[in-house]
Amino acid sequence: MTVHALPQTVTTADADFVETPARRAWRRLVRRRGAMVGLAVIVLIVLAAVLAPLIAPYDPTAQSWSAVRKAPSAAHWFGTDEVGRDLLARVIFGARASLLAGVISVGIAIAVGVPLGLLAGYAGGLVDGLISRVTDAMLACPFLILAIALAAFLGPSLTNAMIAIGVTATPIFIRLTRGQVLSVKAEDYVEAARAVGNPHWRIALRHILPNVLPALLVQATLTIATAIIAEASLSFLGLGQQPPAPSWGSMLNAAQRFLVNAPWMAVWPGLAIFVTVLSFNLLGDGLRDALDPRSK
Amino acid sequence: MLTLIGKRLVQLLPTLFFVSVIIFSLQQLLPGDPAMIMAGEDKDPETIEQIRRQYRLDRAIPVQYLYWVKGVVTGDLGESMRLKEPVTRLILQKLPVTLQLATMAMVIALLIGVTAGIVSAVKRDTWVDYAVNVLSLWGISTPNFWLGIMLIFLFAVTLGWLPASGYVSPWVDWRQSLATTIMPAFVLGNAIAGVIMRHTRSAMLQALQSDYVRTARAKGLEERTVVLKHAMRNALTPVITLGALEFGTLLSGAVLTEQIFTIPGFGKLIVDAVFNRDYAVVQGVVLVTATTYIALNLLADVGYILVNPRLRE
Repeated sequence: MTVHALPQTVTTADADFVETPARRAWRRLVRRRGAMVGLAVIVLIVLAAVLAPLIAPYDPTAQSWSAVRKAPSAAHWFGTDEVGRDLLARVIFGARASLLAGVISVGIAIAVGVPLGLLAGYAGGLVDGLISRVTDAMLACPFLILAIALAAFLGPSLTNAMIAIGVTATPIFIRLTRGQVLSVKAEDYVEAARAVGNPHWRIALRHILPNVLPALLVQATLTIATAIIAEASLSFLGLGQQPPAPSWGSMLNAAQRFLVNAPWMAVWPGLAIFVTVLSFNLLGDGLRDALDPRSK
Repeated sequence: MLTLIGKRLVQLLPTLFFVSVIIFSLQQLLPGDPAMIMAGEDKDPETIEQIRRQYRLDRAIPVQYLYWVKGVVTGDLGESMRLKEPVTRLILQKLPVTLQLATMAMVIALLIGVTAGIVSAVKRDTWVDYAVNVLSLWGISTPNFWLGIMLIFLFAVTLGWLPASGYVSPWVDWRQSLATTIMPAFVLGNAIAGVIMRHTRSAMLQALQSDYVRTARAKGLEERTVVLKHAMRNALTPVITLGALEFGTLLSGAVLTEQIFTIPGFGKLIVDAVFNRDYAVVQGVVLVTATTYIALNLLADVGYILVNPRLRE
């Protein structure tokens, strides 16, 4: 984030006392307990996903016919599933699919949406009209239904599910970036940058984009939460991660058939989705408040 | 007023055009030859050739698109390959079930969301406010298919109060219909309630700090009258508009909820179509949901203009 892009709250001759916007946002964020709890849980889940082979008590795909549908015990903390696989190991490894889907699909949406939004907002006219109408059309198709249709046409796999979710989330970022660009474009410092003869690409990338980043960061965090639920939904329907690889959504699908005899099979993957999504929502809310110029 | 509605309708035309292009393009995503996929197990070249001719797959893509649009405009969404029935008829059969579910869900969402939002704003910064915030985060963060499974476990498996799955039309037996739809409706409404709660709270906070509320209080009116008659009326306008828009979300959510509770609605239709590679049905369902969403958007706009005199000029 560039220092000149946002007004400073502290004006002093001594540069050491000038607080950068990023530092100010961080100071405000750490004061929000909910956001910090969310961030801590996200860090824990990321660590669990990365270190899964080291911390999981069993191989998540190893079947054991002597331990079919065992209730939680000292040997299997979360119990076992219908083919004797350890549920704790599957929940830990399942975090990989969920986080990957959340981050990559939002990455796709940002990579496609931000340049298009920037172009629409900056260029205006016909280009803006065309991009905006396509965005409206995509936003008119309900998120999950479009993702299901895309995943169905592309074929069931985690990669295709991520592409489907990414494409479906793209219009959110186009619209957000365009709106932000339109408001920033009229600012004096952009006018000044134009007056001194900066080329368009430089004005867009160096002067406008950094000011759009805070709003994008908030939206990205909240969209990761939506994408994680969407991936779990697609996997629940059999359109995401394919068996025997663990995924929270497909674990819930299997659990539904054994609700009478093994209800614990449904508890843990659902709780894992809930806690992860809640953490991203808490962090997103906190970021929104911390990056709001009106907040203290 | 009519000019404004007319203007909005004209603005919708390009959106509808691009929606149709997107939905038609879905078929182009199919890897390989669509005729081969439609033929399924039957790989006889003659059958494939016949399918190609029947569905005009031998024509150029823009020509195929024009034929498809012509069909859509005349209410012909093609034929289900699996059920050998017109897609339009299938959708018309399933839509009332989903609409019943969505309407019940919306009533539940508004009851919970608006009440909790108002209480939260009135009791700002107290434990009630914090509890409502937690409740709204719960609603937004809970995957509805998980909530559905947990409710089935509690109310059907453990307590035996409600049926775990199935559907009975209200025209056949309204009590049984209520019993089969109350759980899925609650699951669907739960997520929307969280969103409505947040919006009601912030709209109420804004209204409670406004001049007309201050005047009402200065006149010595009871706090109850100030909140319910003066603040709430104004705060609820954007919330009702939001409710109309969230109907689209309900249609999305119905896909999984209907799957879990085995309700033969719109959502189940698209999932069955996806697994049977019944592409005409998938396209038809996406088209109808998108059009419904656009229509609701328009209704919300018009409603907003109707209740807000300042926008009428």
